[in-house]
Amino acid sequence: MALTYTPREQIEVYRFSLPVTIIVPLLAVFLQAFIPLRFPFFSIFDLPLLVVIFFAMARRSQVAGLVTGAAIGLLQDSLTHHQIGLYGIAKTVVGYGASSLGVKLDVESVGTRFLVVTGFEVIHEVIYFSIAHGMVRLNLHWNWAHELESAFANAILGVFLFGLMDRLKDRA
Amino acid sequence: MGRYRNVSFLAAAIFLQILGLAVQVKRSSENQPSRLIRVWAVSAITPPEKALVRIQNGTSDLWHNYFYLRGVRQENRELREQIEQLQLDQVRLKQDADQAHRLQTLLGFKEQFIAKTLAAQVIGSSGSEQSRTVYIDKGSRDGIQLEMAVISAAGVVGRVINVFRSTSQVLLINDQQSGVGTILEQSRLQGVLKGKSSGELVIDKIMADEEVKPGDRVLTSGGDQIFPKGLLIGTVDRIDKGPEFLQVSVKPTAALNRLEEVLVIVKKEEHEPVSTATGTRASDILAERLPSVPDKPAVAANAVPGSAARGAVPPKAVRIHPVAAGSVSQGAGQTKTPAAASSTTAKPITTAPRSTSGTTGTPGSKLPATTASNPVAAPSAKLPSPPNSKPLANTTPSQPQPTPPGDRPQ
Repeated sequence: MALTYTPREQIEVYRFSLPVTIIVPLLAVFLQAFIPLRFPFFSIFDLPLLVVIFFAMARRSQVAGLVTGAAIGLLQDSLTHHQIGLYGIAKTVVGYGASSLGVKLDVESVGTRFLVVTGFEVIHEVIYFSIAHGMVRLNLHWNWAHELESAFANAILGVFLFGLMDRLKDRA
Repeated sequence: MGRYRNVSFLAAAIFLQILGLAVQVKRSSENQPSRLIRVWAVSAITPPEKALVRIQNGTSDLWHNYFYLRGVRQENRELREQIEQLQLDQVRLKQDADQAHRLQTLLGFKEQFIAKTLAAQVIGSSGSEQSRTVYIDKGSRDGIQLEMAVISAAGVVGRVINVFRSTSQVLLINDQQSGVGTILEQSRLQGVLKGKSSGELVIDKIMADEEVKPGDRVLTSGGDQIFPKGLLIGTVDRIDKGPEFLQVSVKPTAALNRLEEVLVIVKKEEHEPVSTATGTRASDILAERLPSVPDKPAVAANAVPGSAARGAVPPKAVRIHPVAAGSVSQGAGQTKTPAAASSTTAKPITTAPRSTSGTTGTPGSKLPATTASNPVAAPSAKLPSPPNSKPLANTTPSQPQPTPPGDRPQ
């Protein structure tokens, strides 16, 4: 797994068309809500998180990253029965972090993508559980084995998904 | 200042969301749920879900009803045999039900019937492992209201927690915030069934010295005022003994992670059961049991020979049926009666295997919508039997299983 540092002047910044910016996050939230009904194991994945990471790393703008994360997170929150903001805050932080990392690393390589997704999945869950437990008093049970399994599963899916979504990028 | 611009945005975004969360936490304690953003999100996500589910069902129906008909004749033959067997069973069970009705009438119990149900299709989930909810394709315009019970052919599913115009959100019984009043069929122990974060169902707060066996059926107790009494929830899977309490793990009979069609109980009715032996009092039953002198036939003073038999008033025949002695002797208010024996005559909900005509209550659904004239019984067909009944001090009047009015003795 090659993890390479990219000088700032060599960084390529991408943008996305408006339909892609709107439809892809909606599609991710839709599939996340729909597929587990037919394939329960799919709930281990977090498609909206993968989309947040991908957009944030490709745009390489921290403000755009956090806005994308907040919007997708709040949309995801709206479909649950919990208070709105749990996923919103977690994905805001992930969006900001992923775009910050995108400025410094070569996020086009498979190895980087795998590690970045694994790391951010764990960070996302830690933030979610902290807020859910600390603010909303949800009695969630933290299970390291399950979280790591979920992180690796998302990382593998992310590598393939990012490869597909690369086609949607326009060079800025 | 420009250096901290991005960090400032991050801090502002997080601060605003935390503020929003704090407001919601406060408002949720005042029962004022935040709605608008949910309405937008649900309006954006559920229409394509509905469309996809309909396309999927349509394709499946087309395949199963018109193309893939292999083995249908054989299946038809088997089903006919099964119907004959069930008809025999029904006769036997009806007698039991009649008996239960008479007992309930004597004891002044009230029955809770499922008067009307509405079939609905599950179209989506929350998409989160921490929120075990599903969306159904029926909403306020179909008569769905908050806190309505949702069941499936196999057992209890959950309750409605959010109602939108054409969809509703159902909290599954295995969510952490869910709670269902339960009773164990054999041991008659009552408790509250809750979900764990892993999705497992448990009944806690049962004293460690109580005896619970794996495989025991878990039914609704009716104590939560949402689910009628006697609906099947699942079976006891595992028992973990703690120092003070048992933790009873329950395996749900409904496939909570693979739901397709459900029934929403939109109307419940509570009334006293109708008995065939109307006017029969407890004293009549006791009188029947005690040895007594037979009444003398009344003979008319001016009766002519041969007309005595015609003019005689025969002793009033009180039709007495066998009574479970244990049930009667326990007395009203202290009895765990054969609750809901009436349900034994109830018609179980049958999920049509991919489609038979005439069973579709609403377009796109496979379960029949029912009304009082065509009621659907709760999923649990078998209910507590009298020999296992134990006296219990603070038992509420039994709210047995619904019985189709046509099956009840008039």
